[in-house]
Amino acid sequence: MKVKRSIEEINEKIKNGKAVVLTAEEVIGVVKDKGLEQTTASVDVVTTGTFGPMCSSGVFMNLGHPQPRMKFGEAYLNGVPAYAGLAAVDLYLGATAIPPTDPGNRNYPGDFIYGGGHVIEDLVAGKEIRLEASSYGTDCYPLKRIETSFRLSEINEATLYNPRNAYQNYNVAVNSGEKTIYTYMGILKPGMGNANYSSAGQLSPLFNDPLLKTIGIGTRIFLGGGIGYVAWHGTQHNPSAARDEKGVPKGPAATLALTGDLKQMKPCWLRGLSFLGYGATMQVGVGIPIPILNEEIMGFCAVRDEDIFAPVVDYRSAYPFRESGNLGLVSYADLKSGSVTVQGKNIPTASLSSYAGAREIAANLKEWIEAGRFTLSAPAAPLPSVDAGISLNALPQRDPEEQEDK
Amino acid sequence: MIKQKVVLRFPPHIVEQPTIYHLIKDFDLMVNILRADINPKKEGRLMMELSGSEINYQRAVEWLKEQGLQIMNLEQQIIWRSDLCTHCGACTVICPTEALMFERPDMTVRFAEEKCIVCELCLRACPARAMETLVENTNSR
Repeated sequence: MKVKRSIEEINEKIKNGKAVVLTAEEVIGVVKDKGLEQTTASVDVVTTGTFGPMCSSGVFMNLGHPQPRMKFGEAYLNGVPAYAGLAAVDLYLGATAIPPTDPGNRNYPGDFIYGGGHVIEDLVAGKEIRLEASSYGTDCYPLKRIETSFRLSEINEATLYNPRNAYQNYNVAVNSGEKTIYTYMGILKPGMGNANYSSAGQLSPLFNDPLLKTIGIGTRIFLGGGIGYVAWHGTQHNPSAARDEKGVPKGPAATLALTGDLKQMKPCWLRGLSFLGYGATMQVGVGIPIPILNEEIMGFCAVRDEDIFAPVVDYRSAYPFRESGNLGLVSYADLKSGSVTVQGKNIPTASLSSYAGAREIAANLKEWIEAGRFTLSAPAAPLPSVDAGISLNALPQRDPEEQEDK
Repeated sequence: MIKQKVVLRFPPHIVEQPTIYHLIKDFDLMVNILRADINPKKEGRLMMELSGSEINYQRAVEWLKEQGLQIMNLEQQIIWRSDLCTHCGACTVICPTEALMFERPDMTVRFAEEKCIVCELCLRACPARAMETLVENTNSR
């Protein structure tokens, strides 16, 4: 008798404190010992986690109206510019924004010591944030300049909205050149001196639901230490990427847009980061519960690091200049062991995504579910998957003379 | 025999004195210089490993203090802020002496102070900026 269960049945068990929850790491051993059928029968939910740098992240906020009123034209939070092309006192602060006074890479490699991600971390930590804003002034919004400060608890809304998080697989970065390079994948030493990766592998949300059979729009998740939701598919969502026979992608594939109330979140799961020579960004903690609806879903959740492969990409020229091809595939088991072999050369590895953090997030989410504080939500609509016919576009680069619409 | 990694800090008025010459000639110490710099305020900083007999080492330390130098053990120079570390591991391939290393299967970062040579590469390699130095005449910021 094949096991089948619904999200409603799982939620009933959660409310009665009877749901059996394992992390995506714990379940691997159970499936190995007891087999797929028996594990499916006994486990209701598998929790996942990831805690890596996610540049496409930021916060929508409404600061409340000053007296007299003002429509923000330019706005700076602790010196970091926020986008003000919205209604009067609405702003969007992106994780990679840096102050206009930051020297950037003029003193190469730049430090990028404080950017949008750091402001978000400070906001969540309850620190006072300095606002400087200017405007042209209107009859309805006469104030032209303001300098003040506020805390997260004093503003109306702060909604984390991350257009692209939780990448399903990612490149492993190396540098075949003769000089050290400074990238969003960290410092890459010359002569393929190190190989940097950025995924939690077997614990990562989208490796545990590779074909997006349970994760959809409206899925309730752990986001930044609070509760969030899947808002949409992420930008650059590419479910059509090459996959193995079990649906595990062999390179960057699906992505998620995530949202949630910043006021519930914790600074330890939204960390401002400074990548030498690249810029500022934010490390985001994400955890997604997978309802074990049937044996097929359980099979996906049993995925192991040794079964997941990532492409090794040369960031000296192949990545920046969009040359196709890679230097081969390596498994997350090898990446996590501390070294990989690429083209016959043994290379030490390092991660940018915290596996220890991913583990803690999956464990936290498990505790929330076990305590009855977190129930699962059925998606309001599915995300585009492998059959959606999506392909990634590159930006057209037309000469002005070739412009089609005159 | 004693073997100790130390940091000497020179006030501006003695930067030009041949201090190391005296450590070797007068106190019969072996000196292995790891790193030296002078900041814009003309204060000097010298990191080195000293080895020799216990008594000579103690006499040398006394003499250095009399000259107006500050002497500290090297281990205290670089601080790993475990409260800021996210345990990503990015530092572990940058640290040349494996003072910063990844503990498996825990997948956590560990800092072995005794292996640190104060090269300071970790200060900027850490995205969360969890590595700090007490010394203000660093060139890295």
